[in-house]
Amino acid sequence: MTVRIRIPAPLRSVTDGQAELTAHSDNVGQLLGELEARFPQIGPRLRDEDGALRRFVNLYVNGEDVRFLRGLDTDLKAGDEVSIIPAVAGG
Amino acid sequence: MDAVSSRSANGVGTGGATVRGLQCRECGQMYPTEPIHVCELCFGPLEVAYDYDAIGNRISREQIAQGPSSLWRYKLLLPIEGDRIVDSQAGFTPLVRAHNLGRALGLRNLYVKNDTVNPTFSFKDRPVSIASTKAVEFGFDTLACASTGNLAGAVAAHAAIAGLKACIFIPADLEPSKIVGAQAYNPTLVAVDGNYDDVNRVCSEIAEEYRWAFVNINMRPYYSEGSKTLAYEVSEQLGWRIPDHAIVPIASGSLFTKVWKGFGELVKLGLTSPGTPRMTGAQALGCSPVVTAYDGHTLNVEPVKPKTIAKSLAIGNPADGYYSLRIIKESGGVACAVDDGEIVEGIKLLARTEGIFAETAGGVTIGVLKKLAESGVIDPDELVVAYVTGNGLKTQEALTGALIEPIQVRPSLRAIEEALALRAEPAAAVA
Repeated sequence: MTVRIRIPAPLRSVTDGQAELTAHSDNVGQLLGELEARFPQIGPRLRDEDGALRRFVNLYVNGEDVRFLRGLDTDLKAGDEVSIIPAVAGG
Repeated sequence: MDAVSSRSANGVGTGGATVRGLQCRECGQMYPTEPIHVCELCFGPLEVAYDYDAIGNRISREQIAQGPSSLWRYKLLLPIEGDRIVDSQAGFTPLVRAHNLGRALGLRNLYVKNDTVNPTFSFKDRPVSIASTKAVEFGFDTLACASTGNLAGAVAAHAAIAGLKACIFIPADLEPSKIVGAQAYNPTLVAVDGNYDDVNRVCSEIAEEYRWAFVNINMRPYYSEGSKTLAYEVSEQLGWRIPDHAIVPIASGSLFTKVWKGFGELVKLGLTSPGTPRMTGAQALGCSPVVTAYDGHTLNVEPVKPKTIAKSLAIGNPADGYYSLRIIKESGGVACAVDDGEIVEGIKLLARTEGIFAETAGGVTIGVLKKLAESGVIDPDELVVAYVTGNGLKTQEALTGALIEPIQVRPSLRAIEEALALRAEPAAAVA
């Protein structure tokens, strides 16, 4: 199945400038693994030394924060859109 | 007033290298002062780094006292690198010695920082003064934001002053007064069908595609510095003292962390005697992820879906929650939440004791103050400053049914006397 991934500006230097990618993963964790395999430099940007997602990295599936879903185990289906968005303060 | 003032606000020339650049709060990586907000290496937030030796050589209590009666008196402590400022004359709001409220709560040394009286009636005029000034410096033509309401009005007004276009994104369910309070300045206003966190997410994506100055996104490192002036003013108004205890509302946690930073800078520069305030964070129970983390003894803030009348604090995913918790811990403060009923009571208590009509966020601050005073967490002799950050006229809906209704009378002396029970006996008949 094909899902789309929105890449935020701070990561585009390691995705050859691409702002949107496609992948074929069953869940969010696998998707990150697929991204890391394609762009090895992306891993250390998103994960800390222990492999956990960094504190200021937010992941969304179709606009919903994965922490309200099943985190990295959140299932993906064809046509889903995954966004990687840095935390921003408000408003 | 000049659209964009070119005078040097402080009587002090600018352009001195008081700003070292932007620095990642997580990994320390330095960046030039550009409209960026995220560390490319670790996604950490970028923050303005200053050369405090250079500032220390130029700043003094006397030099500040000679400045204007606005936040621009602290210009040397703000990340302004050009000579032009966008000046709404925000800041230098009253610090009220709250005798009446103190008496009601058993606190002998209580002050209220009344930030309801800024140009657009909330503290947001402070960060937006800086963000709009930087937007002009960087050559943007559009000022934008994601807003829970107060920011919308502040951004629209400052765009008007600076001659910039304004594009403002709000959650569709915002209070009508806040919508009008932004519309009046004629921005492009976009009501997004979602909550604030949805609006913020969408705006983060827009900010990457269009060259707009989103005050709380790509301008955030500069924007957030404006909130430091709430610490500077309180200290100066106390006669250059650091309060024992500050009660500050937490939405994203940006204000909270910057008030702490501001007090720390004054001590570092020798403008006040050494000391640190206890920093207490106030949240609405219906959106209290920081309080939940505090109560659970963790620094890991889990996001929530907000459900509270305190919409200006309704950020379920607070970006500076982690840093706020660290400050609470380090400073010996607490995090505390109050429910909607306590918020309304807080608004009413402040209004009837001090004559200050606060919006719901102010009700949160006063509600938390009351709770902590009653439970003994606040010592009766502590010098406490409660930060009241927005005006009650913005959230009048919150008080529906909670106030005493007007007494309806016919236009006659007798009717009014009867209605108000002014005479015990019926009036004697005229002979």
